[in-house]
Amino acid sequence: MSADIPESMPHGTETSPAVQQQPAESGARRAVSRRDFLKKTGLLAAGILTPAVALEVIFGLKGAGAAQAEGLATAAKTTPHWQFLVDTNKCVGCGFCVKACKLENEIPYTLNASRTWVERHVITKDGESHVDSPHAGQYGFTEPEIDLGEGKTLAIAPEDISKAFFVPKLCNQCNHPPCVQVCPVGATYKSPDGVVLVDRKWCIGCGYCVNACPYGARFFHPKYHTAEKCTFCEHRISKGLKPACVQACAFGARQIGDQNDPADPVAEVVATRRVEVLKAEFGTDPQCFYLGMDAEVR
Amino acid sequence: MRGWLRRNHWWRPLAVVLVVLALLLTFRSLYIPSDFGIHGSFTYNLYRANNLTEWQSVTVKYQGREFCGSCHDKNYKSIMAGPHSVIQCENCHGPGIGHPDTVKKLTPGNSQQLCWRCHVYLPYDGSGRSVLPGIEPGGPHAPLGEECYTCHNPHAPQLLPGAQTEEGGS
Repeated sequence: MSADIPESMPHGTETSPAVQQQPAESGARRAVSRRDFLKKTGLLAAGILTPAVALEVIFGLKGAGAAQAEGLATAAKTTPHWQFLVDTNKCVGCGFCVKACKLENEIPYTLNASRTWVERHVITKDGESHVDSPHAGQYGFTEPEIDLGEGKTLAIAPEDISKAFFVPKLCNQCNHPPCVQVCPVGATYKSPDGVVLVDRKWCIGCGYCVNACPYGARFFHPKYHTAEKCTFCEHRISKGLKPACVQACAFGARQIGDQNDPADPVAEVVATRRVEVLKAEFGTDPQCFYLGMDAEVR
Repeated sequence: MRGWLRRNHWWRPLAVVLVVLALLLTFRSLYIPSDFGIHGSFTYNLYRANNLTEWQSVTVKYQGREFCGSCHDKNYKSIMAGPHSVIQCENCHGPGIGHPDTVKKLTPGNSQQLCWRCHVYLPYDGSGRSVLPGIEPGGPHAPLGEECYTCHNPHAPQLLPGAQTEEGGS
């Protein structure tokens, strides 16, 4: 310690007169030698770096990267990447898709939320856009009146209608899903086949993902109290079946295809025809593509 | 340096911090399953790998018309010959899971409303609804409370023999 004093004293005299006035011993203790400074800086840097190193050790980031890149390259050939194609020209608003979805995926039938829903868009000649989806469309559209909620309806005379059509909606299984980015616990994720899934055992029910989805595709399951969303019927498509809504659609308005299958007719339509996605400006890269989409549909 | 080490009072709190950290890491390693981790990118693929298998093992409820046709071949043929061939049996009858073992009959409930799903007239030229025959519920063609199937066979919806036609059909 005594060796430090000659080194530190000139430094102290230069910068602070207060230090100079103090007794030699206490001045020596307060001033910092170069050696001490370097040692402490080194310790501090090591301390700051430790969490990052710990993360790498815990999550196994190192070395796994190369292996995963290889795995992904081989998986891309065999694993499908599911895409959905909706032809709004064909939809009649029968709602059998919503019924099938709810029964297939055990969403309470009386719950006013659904993994998929059908919207009715009525645009009148005065430029007004009227949209409704009573009970997510699960009973079909059997009334000409627009459902305004709270028991109120709006009657529109047929001659006032400029255009009217139905738009089935579901989770877009985005390639850059904002719902996944915000999950604080890693309970929702993009699976290798392109479907965004929720781990019901891992979800803490915070609701960030429900808020983050720009399409309103998420809700809470009243039984599991976890975030709920369309899975493209993962349990069906992984067995070679069609999703329940696709199977239930009598008019071919809903179709599913595999982007990684060069012979897939639906993927070919998506790749070669003029298709639209919802809210492209959000940069989510949605994997639900629409034919016959109108600019009024958001 | 040695004196500095000896005199420093933060060795004890540091030991406490290290012990707490060790406890946290031990708890973490016990609590978090081994398949939880980054399976791709940290942003989109941080998950429990077994969850994918859990989703894939969910029971399939809707069996498809071929399953129905494997027993009900007469009904299957009559439907496939008519304009309702595009409609899945289970759309109206309900999912075929458990039938016929536990669910003996799959009776379509609320039959009139099932027809209305497609056949209520709506003045929407731009939609597929406009190309389907449309009725007005409660109108002369479809009096409320009278089931559609009294005149139409849902499987082959042409008018049943003997059904009245003077109202003018659809």
